Amino acid sequence: MSGFDLSAILGNPEYVAMLLHGIEMTFIIFAGSWSLAMALAVLLLSLRLSPFRFGDPIVAAYVSYHRNVPTLVQLMLWYFGIFTLMPSGLGEWLAIHNAEAIFAVIGLGLCQAAYFSEDLRSGVRSVGPGQMEAARALGHGYVSAMRFVIMPQGVRNALPPLINHSVSLFKNSSLAVIIGASELTHAVKEIENLSFRTFEIYLIGTVLYLFFSLVIMSIGAYLSMRADPARSARA
Amino acid sequence: MIHDMIAIVRDYWLLLLIGQYPNGPLGGLANTLILSALSIALAFPVSILFAMARLSKSPLLRWPVTALVYFTRGVPLLMLILWSYFLVPLLTGADVPSFVTMLTTLVVYQSAFLSEVVRAGIVALGPGQMDAARALGHGHVGAMRYIILPQALYNMIPSILSTFVSTIKDTTLGYVINVPDLTFAASQVNNQLLTQPFQVFLILAIVYFAICWTLTYFANRLERRITRRRAGLLNVPAALVTPSKIVSEQL
Repeated sequence: MSGFDLSAILGNPEYVAMLLHGIEMTFIIFAGSWSLAMALAVLLLSLRLSPFRFGDPIVAAYVSYHRNVPTLVQLMLWYFGIFTLMPSGLGEWLAIHNAEAIFAVIGLGLCQAAYFSEDLRSGVRSVGPGQMEAARALGHGYVSAMRFVIMPQGVRNALPPLINHSVSLFKNSSLAVIIGASELTHAVKEIENLSFRTFEIYLIGTVLYLFFSLVIMSIGAYLSMRADPARSARA
Repeated sequence: MIHDMIAIVRDYWLLLLIGQYPNGPLGGLANTLILSALSIALAFPVSILFAMARLSKSPLLRWPVTALVYFTRGVPLLMLILWSYFLVPLLTGADVPSFVTMLTTLVVYQSAFLSEVVRAGIVALGPGQMDAARALGHGHVGAMRYIILPQALYNMIPSILSTFVSTIKDTTLGYVINVPDLTFAASQVNNQLLTQPFQVFLILAIVYFAICWTLTYFANRLERRITRRRAGLLNVPAALVTPSKIVSEQL
């Protein structure tokens, strides 16, 4: 191995194509699991806020499982375990349609939903009870009070942890490499095997992850500023 | 299915518990716990130094540590592990066991996260404590040593415990560089059985859950206790005091 030479990788169209494909898969996994997590988190939150008696313990158990079992183990359980229990027709369909990425989305999404729902819950909880009473006094029903008065404030309160956890989710998408999804870390390892330029390719991979994490953080900071300019100015 | 799981535990409990020891390296659950405990024990003093550097007035101390913390938080742990996997042998020139590689990575990673916890603990005390200590004649170091850190660290015990939980979860990533921990042992069991992956990985999930849940439970109880004690309300029922929720790091 001769001296440091980034062009050995960036000058090679094959490696660049592999990197771009990796970035694309990373973003597909991130976007897929983020959407799944957010949808589930809203569902979990409404289960918790509903008068349904068993809602609370069900959601608490869900959150507890996903927070206390390592994400990697959850992914392994899905890909190596649950995949093999599926009926053969569904299994084959999944195997043709990039099962690794699909299970990465499912595993990461279900896990992330636990964190998102907790973020949303503490956001909603920090809206004082007077807000609900005032909304009801003004003639809002429960649903419309939630929709127009409580949730907008609750989501705004929950924005900072939601952004932090979104960055975590982006970083955790690298775990998908362990079940064989061809995302960015996978591309980095492949190129390392082909080029033996270990230092250069890890540097490129690291800079890419750092760059996208910072992009997500700045989008988050912009959103919080727009949601509440006064408070961001104070912070 | 429960039958299968009981059979797996009966046949492989020793492998899951201590790996191939004494016929090979120590592994399994024992290794997971030793690795987590060692990395927290080493990261703890480093994180205090980091936190004090980040709160220091000197930019020469503040900037490098801040950069390191931001870098560590912005890059996936998996990437850091791969970095040390080839950098640590390169720097030491020796054949380094994967356990040491993983330990090094975890110490750097957890120091960055813990330093944020410690920093938050110091900032949360408010400037009055420092002013009072200085007024009583303590220097900066003396004030830190006798007034600020004892209080901040006491308040931070629950967060440190939850960092420990996340370290236990982080050790699973040693799987990529073949650290013989619990996850590694489970995948060995899976490779021997071949037909029952779901049962094997469910056992793995249950074991991790049992350990981490227990620790989280104690962290939450401790937090409630400490919140009450700090508020001078030790005899008030716990239900009347709502502590800030522990946000354990993900993974």
